[in-house]
Amino acid sequence: MDSFLPVQVSWTPQTAASGSDFYPYTNNAGTVAGISGGDFCVMAADTRQSFGVGYLINTRYQPKMFKLSNGSVLGTSGFYADGLTLIKRINQRLEWYKHAHDKEMSTPALAQLLSITLYSKRFFPYYARVLLGGLDLEGHGVVYGYDSIGSYEPCLARATGSGGSLIQPFLDNQIYRKTPLGILQAPHTLDQVKAVMRDSFTSATERDIQTGDYLELFIITAQGVDVEKYDLRKD
Amino acid sequence: MDRFSGNFDRFSDLFNPYDSNPTNANHAIGDFTKCTRKPLVMGSTVLGLEYQDGVMIAADTLGSWGQLARYRNESRIYPVGNFTVLGAAGDMSDFQHTKHMLDSLMIKEYYTNDDHVLSTPHIYEYLSRVLYHRRSKLDPLWNTYVVGGYNNGERFLGYVDLLGTTYQSSIVATGLGAYFAQPILRNAVEGREGILTEAEAIEILNTCMKILFYRECKTLNRIQRAKVTADGVEISEPYALPTEWSFGEGIRGFGTQTQ
Repeated sequence: MDSFLPVQVSWTPQTAASGSDFYPYTNNAGTVAGISGGDFCVMAADTRQSFGVGYLINTRYQPKMFKLSNGSVLGTSGFYADGLTLIKRINQRLEWYKHAHDKEMSTPALAQLLSITLYSKRFFPYYARVLLGGLDLEGHGVVYGYDSIGSYEPCLARATGSGGSLIQPFLDNQIYRKTPLGILQAPHTLDQVKAVMRDSFTSATERDIQTGDYLELFIITAQGVDVEKYDLRKD
Repeated sequence: MDRFSGNFDRFSDLFNPYDSNPTNANHAIGDFTKCTRKPLVMGSTVLGLEYQDGVMIAADTLGSWGQLARYRNESRIYPVGNFTVLGAAGDMSDFQHTKHMLDSLMIKEYYTNDDHVLSTPHIYEYLSRVLYHRRSKLDPLWNTYVVGGYNNGERFLGYVDLLGTTYQSSIVATGLGAYFAQPILRNAVEGREGILTEAEAIEILNTCMKILFYRECKTLNRIQRAKVTADGVEISEPYALPTEWSFGEGIRGFGTQTQ
């Protein structure tokens, strides 16, 4: 996975207080993933928030994935304050759009809006790994993956954040079926995708110390968004 | 006149990264645009927890000036409105600025006279946006805040730091308290918020503050506690925690002892 930080400086409040310069970022980490299906989309994020430097857990439950007013789901990891600010800005733009056009913004339009919002801070980026999930204009599931400065692409399955590099190859195999060694080629059902997602996160939690505690699944269908919560390892 | 051994060598006047004395040359005294990046009088740990009647927070009363225990009666807990309390670690002058800012906000809201008052989540949101805004200007308020409150039967305990990072939890600890006290608080409080009595909450906080006093150098055993319940905010007078040092007699292997 891409690692975007404008400057590489090790920073903690402790070192900062002893005379070093202020560094405006930290990495509260966490993992976000999304899988799209024929008429659904499953987005997932763990709920641990880490301090960023050292082995501290701030809290075991601070959601970083949110349902937006147009029925899409936006997940962030990385610097929590930036991610939250980004979501506040996006929510406000969605409200303005609704008042201006008397309809909800489509997910593909929101994907483009998210891209330019990230790029508008190209030289002081939101250090957030963002994933947007929803249904496209035909009602097919879609996941958009981003880097911190707004490059984006629609994809079948995508994982990002601290455990992203552990989950992505598993999704490449299970969802993209890049190496079809006798694997069935039938389209995935919602239950299969949910199972893949839960296995992905329980596995990532085994190795990534910044992922864990709880898993939140956002299941997006034409009927709306369902949220399911599962336990993950808490160590 | 410089009494700090790190500066006996005249070359180290230029820059000494290990020097924590705020008056020395590597600190930006006189350069006003940089002053806010160099905290001077610092407060240490703040602890907070939820219990059955509301929330309780604790902090010692020390304002450290470098390694010097400069101000020993510095209150780091402050009420905002009737049902919110603010605990501050970090730079004390930035904390005073924040107190002034929140007082102005509460007065402005009072003048509207519309029977609406800002509850704890509102104050917390306001504060966290101010801190995030200041970090985005690269001119941070050098603090970590614990915001506690009790509104309409709901407990609230939140954390916000100089980067604008926020989280809400039933236990909060800043600074070294996050290492020493957080695990103790998690064991004692998590899952028991609704049944923890006031006496138990006081006991837990006293124990944690005492452990911090034993191990962290920039603390005092003189602490203040605040609780927010349905009856409002109540901040205690500073009181001393009893400490026990006699076990030091029996420790061998360093200092002047040979055996």
